[in-house]
Amino acid sequence: MTHVLDPTAPGRPVAPGAPDAFADVTRSDAAFRAFLHGLPGVDQVGAEARAAQLGTRSIKTTAKAWAIDTAISMVDLTTLEGADTPGRVRSLAAKARRPDPADGSCPQVAAVCVYGDLAGVARDALAGTGIHTAAVATAFPSGRASREVKLADVRDAVANGADEIDMVIDRGAFLSGRYLDVFDEVVAVKEACGDAHLKVILETGELRTYDAVRRASWLAMLAGGDFIKTSTGKVSPAATLPVCLVMLEAVRDFRAATGTQVGVKPAGGIRTTKDAIKHLVMINEVAGPDWLDPVWFRFGASSLLDDLLLQRQKLRTGHYSGPDHVSVV
Amino acid sequence: MSERIEVRKTYKLYVGGKFPRSESGRTYSVADGRGHFVANAAKASRKDARDAVVAARAAFAGWSGATAYNRGQVLYRVAEVMEGRAAQFAEEVAAGEGLSAAKARAAVDAAVDRWVWYAGWTDKLAAVLGGTNPVAGPYFDFSVPEPTGVVAVLAPQRSSLLGLVSALAPVLATGCTAVVVSSYQRPLPAITLSEVLATSDVPGGVANLLTGDAAEIGPWLAEHADVDGIDLTGAGTAAMELERSAAGTLKRVLRAPADEPDWTGDPGLSRMTPFLETKTVWHPMGV
Repeated sequence: MTHVLDPTAPGRPVAPGAPDAFADVTRSDAAFRAFLHGLPGVDQVGAEARAAQLGTRSIKTTAKAWAIDTAISMVDLTTLEGADTPGRVRSLAAKARRPDPADGSCPQVAAVCVYGDLAGVARDALAGTGIHTAAVATAFPSGRASREVKLADVRDAVANGADEIDMVIDRGAFLSGRYLDVFDEVVAVKEACGDAHLKVILETGELRTYDAVRRASWLAMLAGGDFIKTSTGKVSPAATLPVCLVMLEAVRDFRAATGTQVGVKPAGGIRTTKDAIKHLVMINEVAGPDWLDPVWFRFGASSLLDDLLLQRQKLRTGHYSGPDHVSVV
Repeated sequence: MSERIEVRKTYKLYVGGKFPRSESGRTYSVADGRGHFVANAAKASRKDARDAVVAARAAFAGWSGATAYNRGQVLYRVAEVMEGRAAQFAEEVAAGEGLSAAKARAAVDAAVDRWVWYAGWTDKLAAVLGGTNPVAGPYFDFSVPEPTGVVAVLAPQRSSLLGLVSALAPVLATGCTAVVVSSYQRPLPAITLSEVLATSDVPGGVANLLTGDAAEIGPWLAEHADVDGIDLTGAGTAAMELERSAAGTLKRVLRAPADEPDWTGDPGLSRMTPFLETKTVWHPMGV
């Protein structure tokens, strides 16, 4: 794959995930730029108004109970701290298996997301549960490392047992217009992932415009990303509703054009059940009910799960619960 | 010159140091003792109460962790700011409770004095309620009172200022944070008090004042698992039922008196001790 690292090399292969219809848009830097800039622009005011309007839906009683359980099953329970230890990852895995120890009817979360060196700990703790082990890689969160280092990071995380890889794109290259560099890097990382699912973090807080979010989404999908993810959680603003709206439109349009379905993962800043339900409403209205599934939609979060559990307890017991009534990690 | 147009007031709640409208969007009109319209007040819903508890919980670490001396200074500052607005309070108390101007002014003075009195207690509680315990063993053993957590206060329905302060000040003096449901018929002094709290040095969320119906919100606060204590003074006939609900989560309960007491008397410690936990430390020594 060395030739992929060189965008000027002749006879560039079609990216593994890229469908035939778009095989030629990455033939050169200029062609790719022309394609990405030819995507319809995002009406900023319209997108924000639509996201705000969808956020006003009132979801109550049985629909709320369904939404809470669905949201719990979509959570990528995340710990990305410098102070993480194997013990903390194991207790997080225990929480992932049984989020509410007092209530066996509470669904499991979708995955546990850790740094690559702790992926083995997470995989062992989650063995036999069906919960995925996700690891962040490619010099997360900045993405500032040479490609060799990034690819080694990915292979190491996969070798440690991660079956989902969360990579960050090179925002510096993207913002300065070197789209093909970014594309090649995603393709190379996808290959290094092997069978592991690849989530591509766009870090929308650094992309500045919704047009850039749409371009980055298409770039990541053309390069073979299985998921597009908003943020690392280390940059503010992280996941916002309008950004998620633009990304959901992108995956919807991508499937309409190519038949390939790509997942979406907002991450960072989603802390309350209300926020989560707003996202679920938006998935249903923008992308469609096909995405209302942990296979196609995830929440990257740490504190969101606690609030979902508190709301779940409120529905079950009829009275408000408090933070003393969920397990700490 | 034309006649000045009257400013019609619609007040809001005081939650987390901010003045939000009720989540429900509801308001109700407040009348004076003779039935004339005075202002609109927000009618808090159970979700406002829930938000207030979240704010009070968030503020608890800072407030209970502040030194007792510092808490005393802050409460004294509340008295200072309140003194400066005494005329406004007196007018509201006179209108709401149907008192003469002189009696209303006396109630305001008593309320200000009550803040000062409780401000003085913050750094004396540990000395009065705690101490060393003689034990038969090689230990230095001592007990200290600690604040219990978030306390819900159903404020007195009749005494709209002196009663309110007499219920709120002891909770804050112990280091607890409070969610107060004001008198339903006479909420204006509580609203003005929230403006006083916001402009004195009380951190946001330490005291949250909700105007509305205690009969509606009270049960939610009594059942709330994140409320550690409840003062049922203003609960009226529902008090027994609320006590029962509060038992479900082992809350500290300050029971409702049979009838609203005369608030001008010496309050003693009886309104502070229910919201204090005793921590006892066994320290090995002599080995």
